[in-house]
Amino acid sequence: MPIVVIQEKCIGCEECKNSCPYDAIVMQDGKAFINEYCQLCNACLSACPEGAIVKTEVKESGAQIADTKEELEKYQGVWVFAEQRKGKPAPVSYELLGAGKGLAKELETELSAVLLGADEAVAEELIKWGADRVYLCSDAALEKFNDEAYAEMLSRLIKEHKPAIVLAGATPVGRSFIPRVAARLRTGLTADCTSLEIDKDTKNLLQIRPAFGGNIMATILCPNHRPQMATVRPRVMKKGEYDPARTGNIIHIKADNLTLRTKVVETVEEVSAIMVNLHEADVIVAGGRGVGNAEGFRLLEELAVVMGGAVGASRAAVDEDWIPYSHQVGQTGKTVCPKIYIACGISGAVQHLVGMQSSDIIIAINKNPEAPIFDVATYGIVGDLFEILPMLTKKIKEAKGL
Amino acid sequence: MKIVVCIKQVPDTSEVRINPETNTLIREGVPSIVNPFDLNALEAALQIREKVGGRVTVLTMGPPQAETALREAISLGADEAVLLTDRAFAGSDTWATSYTLAMAIRKIEADIIFCGKQAIDGDTAQVGPETAEFLNIPHVAYVKKIEEVKDGYARVQRLMDEGYDIVESSIPVLFTVVKELNKPRLPSLKGKMAAKKAVIRKMGMADIGADEGCLGLKGSPTQVKNIFAPKVKSDRRMFEGSAEEQVNALIDEMRKIKCL
Repeated sequence: MPIVVIQEKCIGCEECKNSCPYDAIVMQDGKAFINEYCQLCNACLSACPEGAIVKTEVKESGAQIADTKEELEKYQGVWVFAEQRKGKPAPVSYELLGAGKGLAKELETELSAVLLGADEAVAEELIKWGADRVYLCSDAALEKFNDEAYAEMLSRLIKEHKPAIVLAGATPVGRSFIPRVAARLRTGLTADCTSLEIDKDTKNLLQIRPAFGGNIMATILCPNHRPQMATVRPRVMKKGEYDPARTGNIIHIKADNLTLRTKVVETVEEVSAIMVNLHEADVIVAGGRGVGNAEGFRLLEELAVVMGGAVGASRAAVDEDWIPYSHQVGQTGKTVCPKIYIACGISGAVQHLVGMQSSDIIIAINKNPEAPIFDVATYGIVGDLFEILPMLTKKIKEAKGL
Repeated sequence: MKIVVCIKQVPDTSEVRINPETNTLIREGVPSIVNPFDLNALEAALQIREKVGGRVTVLTMGPPQAETALREAISLGADEAVLLTDRAFAGSDTWATSYTLAMAIRKIEADIIFCGKQAIDGDTAQVGPETAEFLNIPHVAYVKKIEEVKDGYARVQRLMDEGYDIVESSIPVLFTVVKELNKPRLPSLKGKMAAKKAVIRKMGMADIGADEGCLGLKGSPTQVKNIFAPKVKSDRRMFEGSAEEQVNALIDEMRKIKCL
């Protein structure tokens, strides 16, 4: 292990054990011992009062499987996987182009997009949004998302053209098939990044992501393998600039010899007056136990409609069957980060907070002034939601001139 | 039907915090639990076994103390448990973890493999699909309903952002599941007895015939550079007065920050 405890120095105080997020330190005969859960996060190094924990340099870490420096340098350019839904780019695709453009500029290289199952007009749009090149496959077999087909197409393109960086949206699509690509290409993949930077010295991609339900942030590197791959959380990155005069190359590719062992036989959309896609909503009005019953969620829906948002819920409300699971926010539901999150009658159990605490603005409405939800709130209203919500809805309607 | 369920012992992450002054983690007294989604995965496996017969094997990779998680799975009804443990596995990222699991699954043999959609400590959701790739079998992620399972064929519902897809697959296949799929059962008395007596099968690097260069830290393409505390908001504002006064104050604020 590259992080080791110098047994002679260890006094058995257990400070390191308590600092370890991975349960990787155990006490044996009164001394600390680092086991295979260690993720090399370095947390224990600074925790040890005796300086008994040290990081030893592994000789050429990963040398057996790493690519050589020359091999790594063959990989150039920034790619984004431009996800489409029903032939239109998913919102996250524009955000990836925005983020990708910034990285490409810093690396003085080009930005390319990979578009599967859409037509040339969409590819033109991606160019206007910042892509220098679009690899387009318009084959009907790719219109609907299929893990194996998408993984095969993207892997083939990467092998042929060798980009240095590949980004995709951390959506159900990206998070499902991109891991297959990384596994196949024997390279690293970082999930659900919220920030991407270039290391000034090494030019490596610094991939920053929340872990432990957003309680800590980690910077991840993929130094010895290419491409460096990451999925990026929707709604975090800024869209690029739209330039209707921009031009670029569209390279048509074919989808032949695909092995498909799964097939989407039907796509069922949940039709509703309000948005159900919590990941992409600017505003989420969420309810908890305080909403009282399924009927109570009507008040939340009304507010969500005037604010153009979606309705979320805490686990308590979902467990009571007041609203379907697809609306659940929190540890066992969805992680969301809208511009505005309005928590109504949600006390704020940590399991809920980890799913929404990175929202830009949090408005909490709760009867109990001591409710933990107020600890993460930007604005707090103490009162009865049945009185407050209709009033708020009415006043927002007026303010918006609806 | 031979079913393997991959589970992970995780710290109850909702209780993990970082000390902003020292930038170290505070996890004193944080209990270890079976990753919640993995319990849904196990429940799905048990239900299939009850319908079509077969054998359910739970598999985890971790240090010796991860045995606790496996015994819990046996108490819920799993037939056997395998602990993948070896110093060579230390420091594995998702790539190396998936490779290791896949090598073990090849030895155990499986028609269907179930995983939770993600583990609550890392939240990556990558190990399931990567494991399927290493096994060269298809996978369906975010499964919310299993409609049919029979010889060589499965049909499931996959949760998407705006609804769900109905997906058919050949078998063998790997599914990652969401909580909506089912409600995990509680351990029976008989199960608890079985858990106490169960012999946990241990496998190491040599048992699964793995390539050492693909294991643990050496086999992991990604590295954790550092960890740090997220920025905390300190600008909370509590409104005062009657309901109407508070609502008016909120509307004013929303105008000020141009949310209206």
